[in-house]
Amino acid sequence: MSVSSKPQAATQAAGPNDGLTYSLRGLTVRHLAAAQAPALHDIDLSIAPGEQLALIGPSGAGKTTLLATLACAHRPASGELRVFGDDPWALSEAARHRLRARLFLAPQTPPLPPRQRVVTAVLAANLPHWSLWRALVSLFKPADPAAAYRALERFNLGSKLYARVDRLSGGERQRCGLARLLLSSAQSLLVDEPLSALDPALSELTLVALRQEARERHATLVCSLHQVDLALAHFPRIVALKDGRIVFDLPREQVTPEMIATLYQGETAAAAPAPAGIAEPVLNVSVCH
Amino acid sequence: MMIDTSTAAPSAMPPAPPRSWSTLVLFAFLLLLVAASFATLPIPWSAFLTLESINNMAEFLAGFAPPDVSAPFLTKTAIAAGETLAMSALGTLIAVGIGLALALPGAGRWGRAPRAVVRGVLNVLRSIPELVWASITLIAVGLGPFGGTLALAAHTSGVLGRLFSDSLENVAPLPEQSLRTNGASPLAAFFYATLPQTLPQMMSYTLYRWENNIRAAAILGVVGAGGLGQMLKYHLSLFQMQQSATVIVAMLLMVALVDAISFALRRLLTH
Amino acid sequence: MRSSNIDGALAELPPALRADPAWRGRLTLTALAVLVLWPMLVASEFKPWLLFDWQSLSSTAHFLAGFVPPAHTPDFLALLLRETWQTVAIATAGLTLALLGAIPATLIVTERLSISRLGTGRMRWISAIIRQCVRWLLVLLRSVPELVWALLLVRIIGLGPAAGVLAIALTYCGMLGKVYAEILESSEAHASDALLVNGAGRLTALLYGALPEAASELVSYTAYRWECAIRGSVVMGFVGAGGLGQRMDESLRNMDGGEVSSMLIVFVLLVLAADVVSRMLRKRLA
Repeated sequence: MSVSSKPQAATQAAGPNDGLTYSLRGLTVRHLAAAQAPALHDIDLSIAPGEQLALIGPSGAGKTTLLATLACAHRPASGELRVFGDDPWALSEAARHRLRARLFLAPQTPPLPPRQRVVTAVLAANLPHWSLWRALVSLFKPADPAAAYRALERFNLGSKLYARVDRLSGGERQRCGLARLLLSSAQSLLVDEPLSALDPALSELTLVALRQEARERHATLVCSLHQVDLALAHFPRIVALKDGRIVFDLPREQVTPEMIATLYQGETAAAAPAPAGIAEPVLNVSVCH
Repeated sequence: MMIDTSTAAPSAMPPAPPRSWSTLVLFAFLLLLVAASFATLPIPWSAFLTLESINNMAEFLAGFAPPDVSAPFLTKTAIAAGETLAMSALGTLIAVGIGLALALPGAGRWGRAPRAVVRGVLNVLRSIPELVWASITLIAVGLGPFGGTLALAAHTSGVLGRLFSDSLENVAPLPEQSLRTNGASPLAAFFYATLPQTLPQMMSYTLYRWENNIRAAAILGVVGAGGLGQMLKYHLSLFQMQQSATVIVAMLLMVALVDAISFALRRLLTH
Repeated sequence: MRSSNIDGALAELPPALRADPAWRGRLTLTALAVLVLWPMLVASEFKPWLLFDWQSLSSTAHFLAGFVPPAHTPDFLALLLRETWQTVAIATAGLTLALLGAIPATLIVTERLSISRLGTGRMRWISAIIRQCVRWLLVLLRSVPELVWALLLVRIIGLGPAAGVLAIALTYCGMLGKVYAEILESSEAHASDALLVNGAGRLTALLYGALPEAASELVSYTAYRWECAIRGSVVMGFVGAGGLGQRMDESLRNMDGGEVSSMLIVFVLLVLAADVVSRMLRKRLA
């Protein structure tokens, strides 16, 4: 049972200059490997600049695929996709790659080479803007360790500036990957499950830092989360995916515990409705893995 | 108390598994190969076991002691050893450069056809032994260690190119993909994400090849590439056993030195 | 872009993190590399311009031109076939002799099969000494390059395949002995220990305890060494140890490009065939 409702703004047909960061209409995306069941069906989504939204849904719902599509890393099979007003897959290869420099996708598994030092891994955020020579020199002598330090300090990791990635714990590595995001200059931040290895206090800290960064840059932030309570607490707009379709796309005030329960129905840790009213953001829904 | 099994149904012994004929045939083939080898080789086995030939051999080996350790000869040997060491190190270094350059197409990053072509080239390069390469390069650049360096470089780039390509193919793709998704250029993403992952293994292979190349360099002199090999051939052809012994000992020391350095460096890399 | 004034920015960092700890090391390493490179270039007479010297280019071109067409008269091809077989025979015979030496050596050297160490964990001193001596012998055998062995043996027993066979036998005995011992040591000790403790002899403990697990690796390595022996015996032919190599050396001396090229082709095919056969053996026997 899908409850489909869209935010008031984007129901009219969008032209190329309506200023939206993202505009998806009837988008279908297939899995890369097997061309059988599509990973995403018929997605309609509009994201304005500066918006922050959380992506929730059971495992396998297609959250990662959606983020990859928004990052222009995964070509849709059919439908309309516009990023900053242009169809990225109609552009030339070079233009599309320049577009990618304005987007940042942080995968769930930190994409850091194990034996690299944290400072180099974080500074790699600058690669889209550096010439090859500057990039090679920075491998040898990091170009701006202070900037990397500031980014790491926002996640309480400043002391690990010169440590090796494989000597960090899982949670520290995850935050390193996010520190790279802070250093990039992207206008669209796409984050896949940033909290899976973090304890509750660090999870709070991380989400606050991400949202602050997005706000300062006036960038869009799309964050997929399993922790529904944190999603409702931090993000003004919630988009729910199930089996590759958008089940609902609502401001957080309109999301009820029953909707969450229906969404995660079929997962092993099912929900008990919150005893308090709708205003209570913390639900008894366990994290569904 | 005896266990009463009279009521249990008697179970038949499971049949023996069938013999694998193909393995037996394979063994028979191997034995045939060995027998045929010994039979067709024109080696007078009985001649080795006569007293006279054993005496001859003992006399010959006795001529090696004591090795010549006079200062001028030791100096000559040291210079030749330096030539050999330089040959091996430089040849390996050049091979690393060529190997890295060929590793990218060899790992399939430019498509299937270039991969097949490059792998074919690498196979040819490494099938031809260093000595045969040396025969060709010595014609191209004349006698001396330079030809030896080139020969080592040619053969080793085939070996290292293949190993580097395999390394690149087996690397985790996520770090590089992630950088490319976020807008980095392909080359920059390669240097920041893929190379750091494969570098320790590549350096380990390189050091192993250096250990091999110091042995190869020592003997390339036999065809005229200078160094210890040339000295050895010269003195052996004149039956100057004591000088030959010194050169052989120098070879052993050189090999041991390179083995030790290589071991230490490899330990350092993987700590 | 987030690039700020670097010097001012560095002052923000806590004192412990102001200097890149790896910088000094990298700088030193680079300096050392440059320092070592120059003498190496000099010692090896590195003159790349020689490659482009007109005379050498023309002589190389002339030589390489002779490669096409490869010699293919029936007599020559028959000769090639005989020599190729001789190369394979030298390698096989040499490896067999090496095995005859390496197997007893392995049995002695493997600490796994030491009976005196049972129960106490330490061997009798004389067993330890014997083991160490055999180890050193194996090291000596394989440290001397096989070509040097071939050179020596050619002096002693004259030209011909005998020198090649013995050279391979000696060197590979050392190599096989060492690697067999390593393979046996790295396999699980439990099975052979149990047999030894219960009174089995060394050989039977090996056959029933250690071998079943280690067999595939041992066979794999031996097949690989057979392949290497084929290449080695071609190389040894260059100093007179018979086979394809000796013939190639003669042709090179006569600057007969056609013969050299057809021999090179045969050699590459031989190495390929040996690779295939060795892989087949490894799959079947292992």
